[in-house]
Amino acid sequence: MKKRVVSMLLCVAMTAAMVAGCGSSSGDSSSDSGEDSGSSDVITVGFSQVGAESDWRTANTESMQETFTEENGYELIFDDAQQKQENQITAIRNFIQQEVDYILLAPVTESGWDTVLQEAYDADIPVIIVDRMVDVSNDDLYTTWIGTDSLLEGRKAAEWLNAYATAKGWDASELNIAHIQGTMGSTAQIGRTQGLEEGVEKYGWNLVAQQCGEFTQAKGQEVMESMLKQYDNINVVYCENDNEAFGAIDAIEAAGKTVGTDIANGEILVISFDTTNAGLTDTLAGKIVCDVECNPLHGPRAEELIKALEAGEEVEKLNYVDEEIFAYDDTVASVTATNSLEEEGDYAVTVITQEIIDGRAY
Amino acid sequence: MSNQKSGLKKITSMRLFMPIVCLLVIIIVATITIPGFLTISFQNGVPYGYPVDVINRASELVILAVGMTLVTAASGGQDISVGAVMAVAAAVCCQILSGGEVSVNSLAAPIILAFLAALAASALCGAFNGFLVAKLNIQPMVATLILYTAGRGIAQLITNGQITYIRVDSYQIFGSYIGKFPIPTPVIIAVVVVIITYLILKKTALGLYIESVGINGTASRLVGLNSTMIKFLTYVICGILAGIAGFVASSRIYSADANNIGLNLEMDAILAVALGGNVLGGGKFSLMGSVIGAYTIQALTTVLYGMNVSSDQLPVYKAIVVVIIVVLQSPVFQKALASRKAKSQAAKPAAEGGN
Repeated sequence: MKKRVVSMLLCVAMTAAMVAGCGSSSGDSSSDSGEDSGSSDVITVGFSQVGAESDWRTANTESMQETFTEENGYELIFDDAQQKQENQITAIRNFIQQEVDYILLAPVTESGWDTVLQEAYDADIPVIIVDRMVDVSNDDLYTTWIGTDSLLEGRKAAEWLNAYATAKGWDASELNIAHIQGTMGSTAQIGRTQGLEEGVEKYGWNLVAQQCGEFTQAKGQEVMESMLKQYDNINVVYCENDNEAFGAIDAIEAAGKTVGTDIANGEILVISFDTTNAGLTDTLAGKIVCDVECNPLHGPRAEELIKALEAGEEVEKLNYVDEEIFAYDDTVASVTATNSLEEEGDYAVTVITQEIIDGRAY
Repeated sequence: MSNQKSGLKKITSMRLFMPIVCLLVIIIVATITIPGFLTISFQNGVPYGYPVDVINRASELVILAVGMTLVTAASGGQDISVGAVMAVAAAVCCQILSGGEVSVNSLAAPIILAFLAALAASALCGAFNGFLVAKLNIQPMVATLILYTAGRGIAQLITNGQITYIRVDSYQIFGSYIGKFPIPTPVIIAVVVVIITYLILKKTALGLYIESVGINGTASRLVGLNSTMIKFLTYVICGILAGIAGFVASSRIYSADANNIGLNLEMDAILAVALGGNVLGGGKFSLMGSVIGAYTIQALTTVLYGMNVSSDQLPVYKAIVVVIIVVLQSPVFQKALASRKAKSQAAKPAAEGGN
């Protein structure tokens, strides 16, 4: 009897959760139009998104929804997978049944995509992977990939630091860097760490401390607190995302030190990534001196690729979106860095203003 | 000689002996490996140093450990949803303070209102757990597993999946300092929580009731205790304490980060209870033991940071400690120990007799 009550309770809870889940996702899919138009001039695109776990992800979704509108000649079928791979696999199978022209997939994990991508391949539907990579046995299963280049981001930050130090007349051996890493093994952590470590080797800075802050503010704060007690000579902090930087800045200020550019007088210079709204606000205030963008606006690039595929052109397998560098002051005008495809490029450094922050989508 | 020996035995058999030894071992190791570990200096009028960090950072864990001790004692199981309940409380609190905005520079509602709402939400979570465990007799781990998985989702729903920032100084004092007062606010909150709980347990019969329900629920019911109600109450208290911990954690980072607030903290809280010499199967408990256990865990964490151990390796060291404690507490080990003792005692007179 008791068992039955419990199982009933569980069933009710589950159903309620599903209803609630559906309710919230239907709110997201604003551009989801029910009927299939079937006309050949409208391009149907199915987009399976991971979820809405961060500002970055929300901006990524909105970028797609703003690009693939009916006015631009697209029909977007949007699916929010709520962090579950099985939801994404179901969504892709639905897309195949609905005979969409293109599938956009922002995968939640790297592995486990072989079967469903083979089905899409057999149905002759090109698949464009967004953001994270998929790990499949045969690379032909997806057409192309769009994402951010975290190695380039790391290199940009390192080159910026070198140019900034040179302009200010600081000797490389004077720079004592504390490095707060992201979640170990994540793509962003690997690229951004490599970027800094290359810089350390190339320019001879002192990397005094290196510790993982798991991309969170609380950990960033705790780790920085510990580093400040171990080393009293830290003058540069390299945080791998804005949240860690907020925590580090709090810890520095709690220890009675200040953040800024005047390292000769004991200030600590903070470098960060992601350029979230809050991060850029801190950049404007001079707390973060350099913030390197991790661009979520993949929509325009995806449209470019789809247009090229429509015209029957070959596209590159890996496509990186353009990303900017924002700084507190104009000491460094541009940096030269090499991206993951070994192409060297010049990247302008933008001085942050309130208008830029207001004008950004995220 | 024998007098001295029995004195030593008295000390070692004291309830708080093992927890204090654990803490001392960590402090000694830290003093040897990290230069200046025990020094406290003053910066900006507030104390600064590793010991301050340990005591400050352990505050949330101490608060959680108090609740976990009561739940463990009464129901013989653990509430693994406390971390998620922290996130729910933080989400409710920040959402009320921000009035629905993602980031605000002024409060939309008084802090006390948001605080009470957060406590109400966490008490509700606790009541849900308590209902499942006390009324429906579901295993505590399984019952609290529901909120453990769903809690963060609920918090996400409340905050619309965003990190809500409250950039207001009057909110930040609960995670830092009140003006120039030299003791961190979280420490004050933790101490107040421990003292109030201690007084309630000692001045009323609640402590005794909890122990008797934990030792034998049926027998307690037969002598007239409402064991269902007492179990239910401990879960509600545990929920409220998780809410307070969530409030402190959110004030520290002046935001509600539904994904990360209190992440994996439930395991630390259970570990604190175990380290405190409490039997995880329920019954007699020691509140102070759990509190010392909580400080021990934070000391371990801070020391490992100080020794440059990467934070993702921390669980390994914690796991080693857990394994040792659980083995020491296991009935098989206890039995083996007891039989060895009996054997050596039996062997002694025999040897003497042979002489």
